[in-house]
Amino acid sequence: MKTSFLKTGLLTGALLLGGFSLNALAETAYVTNEKDNTVSVIDLTKMEVVDTIDVGMRPRGVLLSSDNKLLYICASDSDRVQVIDLETRQIIKELPSGADPEQFALHPNDRWLYISNEDDALVTVIDVKTNEVLAQIDVGVEPEGMAVSYDGKWAVNTSETSNMLHWIDTSTNELVDNTLVDQRPRHVEFTKDSKILWASAEIGGTVHVVDVDSKQIQHTINFAIKGIHPDRVQPVGVKLSSDGKYAFVALGPANHVAVVDAQTYEVLDYILVGRRVWHMSFNTDESLLLTTNGVSGDVTVIDVASLKPIKSIKVGRYPWGVVVTP
Amino acid sequence: MRTFALHTLIGLLMLFSATLIATRAHASLEVSIGYVAWTPDPGPIMSNVIPEPEDAGLQGAQLAIVDNNSTGRFLKHNYQLQVASASELDATLDAARALHAEGVRLFVTNLPAAPLQQLAGEFSDSLLFNAGSYDDGLRSQSCLPNVLHTLPSRAMLTDALAQFLAVRKQTRWLLISGSTEDDLAYAEAVKRSAKRFGHRIVAEKQWSFDTDLRRAAQAEVPLFTQTREYDVVIVADERGDFGEYIPYNTWYPRPVAGTQGLTPVGWHKTVETYGAAQLQKRFEDQAGRWMNSLDFAAWLGVRSIGAAVTTLKHADVDEIRALSLSDRLPLDGFKGRRLSYRTWNGQLRQPIPVVHPRALVTNSPQEGYLHPVTDLDTLGFDQPESQCDLLAGR
Repeated sequence: MKTSFLKTGLLTGALLLGGFSLNALAETAYVTNEKDNTVSVIDLTKMEVVDTIDVGMRPRGVLLSSDNKLLYICASDSDRVQVIDLETRQIIKELPSGADPEQFALHPNDRWLYISNEDDALVTVIDVKTNEVLAQIDVGVEPEGMAVSYDGKWAVNTSETSNMLHWIDTSTNELVDNTLVDQRPRHVEFTKDSKILWASAEIGGTVHVVDVDSKQIQHTINFAIKGIHPDRVQPVGVKLSSDGKYAFVALGPANHVAVVDAQTYEVLDYILVGRRVWHMSFNTDESLLLTTNGVSGDVTVIDVASLKPIKSIKVGRYPWGVVVTP
Repeated sequence: MRTFALHTLIGLLMLFSATLIATRAHASLEVSIGYVAWTPDPGPIMSNVIPEPEDAGLQGAQLAIVDNNSTGRFLKHNYQLQVASASELDATLDAARALHAEGVRLFVTNLPAAPLQQLAGEFSDSLLFNAGSYDDGLRSQSCLPNVLHTLPSRAMLTDALAQFLAVRKQTRWLLISGSTEDDLAYAEAVKRSAKRFGHRIVAEKQWSFDTDLRRAAQAEVPLFTQTREYDVVIVADERGDFGEYIPYNTWYPRPVAGTQGLTPVGWHKTVETYGAAQLQKRFEDQAGRWMNSLDFAAWLGVRSIGAAVTTLKHADVDEIRALSLSDRLPLDGFKGRRLSYRTWNGQLRQPIPVVHPRALVTNSPQEGYLHPVTDLDTLGFDQPESQCDLLAGR
């Protein structure tokens, strides 16, 4: 009797534990809400917001540590980067990001965080383990997009008003080259082999495909959506599928995501999403693509296989960025 | 013999310095921009409680120099602003002439139409950006071949307002104007816009009272605005003499728009979208005050030069002009649209914010106002309405 009680207790405990870990295993999306000072937590099985985390002022850039345990957020108007432990959903650390951090990128070594300081025309590099500022690099006016190559060699920053890509050698943290691009470069994304860089130009209305070795533009992609004035086609976020098949480009106030063939650079399709689409993230197996729609205050879920939007999820005010954990 | 040696030496020296200059020119590019500013005395003003900043325009030009240089330093381009400004017009023009004599060929001006026209005539080998005159004549009749306009014309402003009022179905207007030349020009622009967008001016009155409105507005204005019924009162009072006292005092309880009340502007503190918040912040850090339409126009003038030089990698005046009049000038003005200059009259196309003192009400062009080329050309003088054609020979 006693034994069986114990057994039952153990079983219940195991079930409870099992229950918890199942919960933790559900894919989860985290969305920064620029005008709500919160992060919306979306359960991707239920496709709804299950929690909201209070963070600093004007949260914009968002990324994950490589083990998916920590969430980094640029709290722009609080002038800091906040680190959230995803298990407890508590802010465990604040990093000295420099003023007005907007976007950032984590080096593959999981330590060096490259942050663009929009108001100060600087890129700040910090070591997230020691909280130490490793370097501050002068760049053009209104630094915005930030990416580190998968091989860890290059950090690239875009300056919106100088219309440049700034190439920072990560071994020295020095600016070594600049590429002039179309107006208002917003976002940069490396291919997995680190050979090609994709860069969006918001007011130019284009996406550049840049060769990393020569730092020269190889190809420029234009967009045209029937019934939408070309001026409203403003590329911002870019997401590349790991299989090298697609590039998805968020077109801002055109309210569409462009699907580009990542090999031929041909635009294949335009997917209607919410209003003023900014940034995007895949889920783990890349079967879904999530978009943040600032003006409509929601997230559109796109089925990648059919290239169709399948769900809109209401989040906070002015959702800016999104990441997904397994 | 000695003379010959001396000549050879001088010749060698000249050759050497020429090489030196050529090498330096290759290594870096110096771009001097003249800023010419003179503002006429507006005369005695009744509603002068909140003064306008005296450095309006200049602060915008200075910020744009900083912006140009932060791009320029990656390309070894260095920009500097040389200011020609005095309390008297003649002294201002003389200072501008001195800059021209020193070799400056790129200018941003904050001048009324007449002195701008005079300078443009004298500096026919230069390019001037008009950041000070709203004059419609400059955009429709005068057609100065070497002047581009970054400040919107009066017609663009009143068209922006007229479109919004048409959307709101406020089509019956009472027009009140002051008596200065500028006020009459604004009133003319209002009448043109009314006709263009299907509004009706039910009555037109000129303000000529000389009472102190700070005391008497409540008594005077209702009687003054007692006319046939209107949906909105349009005020044409550019220097702000009496217009501030019209809102809330009209005979019919109706909104007030134009130079006071609901106002179409080139720029305003409440413009914050499309990255404008960043520009506002940079400006306020530098100037310690809010950015206004004159600052923004001067900023755009200097930035246009910067955008052209960055693209061309030199500062040849004719090529800067040609690039500016093409659709390839990479100029962003934080208004959410690509900005470009109209090829017929050199006016910068741009959305017009319509504001009240503490909020942005709307941005024109309004949705639904269509145009075969760009809806931005529904504001101001479109090609068929202007006698100018800056692309036709020079």
